[in-house]
Amino acid sequence: MLHNKKTLAALFAAASMMSANAFSGELVINTDTSDPAPKAAFEALIAGFEAENPDVTVTWNLFDHEGYKTSIRNFLTADAPDLANWYAGNRMLPYVNAGLFEPVDDVWEANGLNDSLASAAASMTIDGKKWGVPYTYYNWGVYYRQDIFAANNIEVPTDWAGFMAAGETLNAAGITPITIGTKYLWTAAGVFDYLNLRTNGYDFHMALTKGEVSWTDDRVRATMTNWKELVDAGFFLENHAAYSWQEALAPMIQGKAAMYVMGNFAVAPLRDGGLTDDQLGFFQFPMIDSSIPMAEEAPTDTMHIPANAKNKVDAKRFLAYLARADVQTEMNSTLGQLPINSGSSVSDDKFLQAGYEMLSTTDGGIAQFFDRDAPAEMASAGMEGFQEFMVKPERLDTILERLEKTRKRVYK
Amino acid sequence: MRDYWRANQQRLAPVLFLLPGLLMFLVYVVVPIFQSVSISFYAWDGLGEKEYVGIANYVELMDDEAFYTSLKNNVIWLVLYMLAIPAGLFVALFLNQNVRGIRIYKSLFFFPFVISQVVVGLVFSWFYDPSYGLFNKILGFFGADPMAILADEDWVTYGIIIAGLWPQTAYCMILYLTGLNAVDSEQIEAARLDNAKGLKLLWYIILPQLRPATFIAMVVTIIGALRSFDLVSIMTNGGPWGSSRVLAFYMYEQAFSEYGFRMGYGAAIAVVLFAIMMIYIAAFLYKMYRDERGH
Repeated sequence: MLHNKKTLAALFAAASMMSANAFSGELVINTDTSDPAPKAAFEALIAGFEAENPDVTVTWNLFDHEGYKTSIRNFLTADAPDLANWYAGNRMLPYVNAGLFEPVDDVWEANGLNDSLASAAASMTIDGKKWGVPYTYYNWGVYYRQDIFAANNIEVPTDWAGFMAAGETLNAAGITPITIGTKYLWTAAGVFDYLNLRTNGYDFHMALTKGEVSWTDDRVRATMTNWKELVDAGFFLENHAAYSWQEALAPMIQGKAAMYVMGNFAVAPLRDGGLTDDQLGFFQFPMIDSSIPMAEEAPTDTMHIPANAKNKVDAKRFLAYLARADVQTEMNSTLGQLPINSGSSVSDDKFLQAGYEMLSTTDGGIAQFFDRDAPAEMASAGMEGFQEFMVKPERLDTILERLEKTRKRVYK
Repeated sequence: MRDYWRANQQRLAPVLFLLPGLLMFLVYVVVPIFQSVSISFYAWDGLGEKEYVGIANYVELMDDEAFYTSLKNNVIWLVLYMLAIPAGLFVALFLNQNVRGIRIYKSLFFFPFVISQVVVGLVFSWFYDPSYGLFNKILGFFGADPMAILADEDWVTYGIIIAGLWPQTAYCMILYLTGLNAVDSEQIEAARLDNAKGLKLLWYIILPQLRPATFIAMVVTIIGALRSFDLVSIMTNGGPWGSSRVLAFYMYEQAFSEYGFRMGYGAAIAVVLFAIMMIYIAAFLYKMYRDERGH
């Protein structure tokens, strides 16, 4: 009995010492990386950081995606962690404007990030300051069934005519050319982004998402005309408004659809669905206008220090660790995405190599994504309009006028 | 002090007993109503500074297609959701008998109300699934073309309301079942002696006695219809292109969702919704009050 009491006391002492330690260097991190691969990547990241910095104890709060998007507002104001993940570009603007993120230019200075992370510097800068550290990005493009293309003698299309012809052959063979699920809207924005980037180029696309161009502009109409051509030719999965992007994977896995305009994160579930690398391929979204340099879409994911964080010193150490070349190499090979740091190496996965190759030779510019380039309200109105257009293309004028009305209100 | 307590105990006790409840009601219901009204006069992203804009939010609402779509859908909800009351009454009358195991049947019929609205929404969205849902298998059996109810702007609201009627019918049923327990059997006997039966018996003898149950069923159904949110959010997320939005969902979308940073505009929608509820419920309460006094 006495013995028991002693051990208890010892345990208690140890526990209280540990908690004292934890208090001195406790770092709270909130992320929404709850899918298997991102979760594993963050587990490894945090373990690695703790091993190198034994004086810091990390508390990690994992959120689910949708919940995180709304709870971030509450925890940034009320009970701020020391670090939180978020997205680059306009997606972080509301928090920067509200003074809820801490500028981290000193981390960039001290660790030479202006060189090593130069490619993402622009999308991290607002008002001349840097507001976080990017750790990963991924390419978008067209994922397709190589075996179905081969069986129908279709060449990988590089231009619009080839793309249209491929769709026609597929339709004739009873296969839906492009699968898509627009229930949650953003997938339609991926298609819009590419069509607009190919039809009007990067600069115009950026001007449009920044609200500098009218939505009723003829150049927007040109993009929509191209889109209508796809819709009229039966390119897209029927009833797509009823499906989420995950549900839209099924027709592609079953061989009922041949292409998917998506980000690289679609590869993992497609492989889980049973597709091998011999069946699944990737190609760059085809050219529409040869006079326009090919721009790409590559959203960047980032970590930020909330302005109300308690332990900013250790948070900055964590960001410096996160920015390091070797850390980003390891993390992104788990994530199945591309590292930002120019000193990192890309894993030899077929799709990552293809995406990396494409992005590093892109001369047209790299967009984030419609809902990261455009402010929130414009993005949601826009994506809703795109979904409606894909089902009711005859309403184009009404849709564009509605978007124009939103534009006039959002960008004052 | 002691004497004061003694002298006024009778008067003070109810106040003291009411106080905790009233306090909660004040802090969590009454004050937020006024706060919402005041926020609706501002442009505010929920994070930064508020900017006073007067009635600009309401002016914008008057010219907002999405608002009218939501309003129209709310009206459809309000009207069709009422079907839960006769449906619930029917099921209750059907179950109000003494056979072996009736309690099990009653609980099974009540089951839809016990499961979460989210689950109901998921079950129905699979039911409606255009490629492998049961609904389209049934349509296919009769040779009809598949219909994507939840992706069709004309059908989507009806599709969701049917999903909502399932648990709401169960709710009304339980209200009527308890009501039926209190029906005076002597009156029924008397009516039988006077040769009343079937619908006449139901209409003139039973229904008047079920008036309290009907009252509660109406109130919960109206409120349920006006705050229909979960099903819309789960089954369609307001889509396709916003055609299944209701006011509660639109408010959430504007103020709290992923892209919503318009607290002021959301509050204005909430105020309108509140006004509609108030009119409806006040009118209803007034009618009840008049009826009661008439007795």
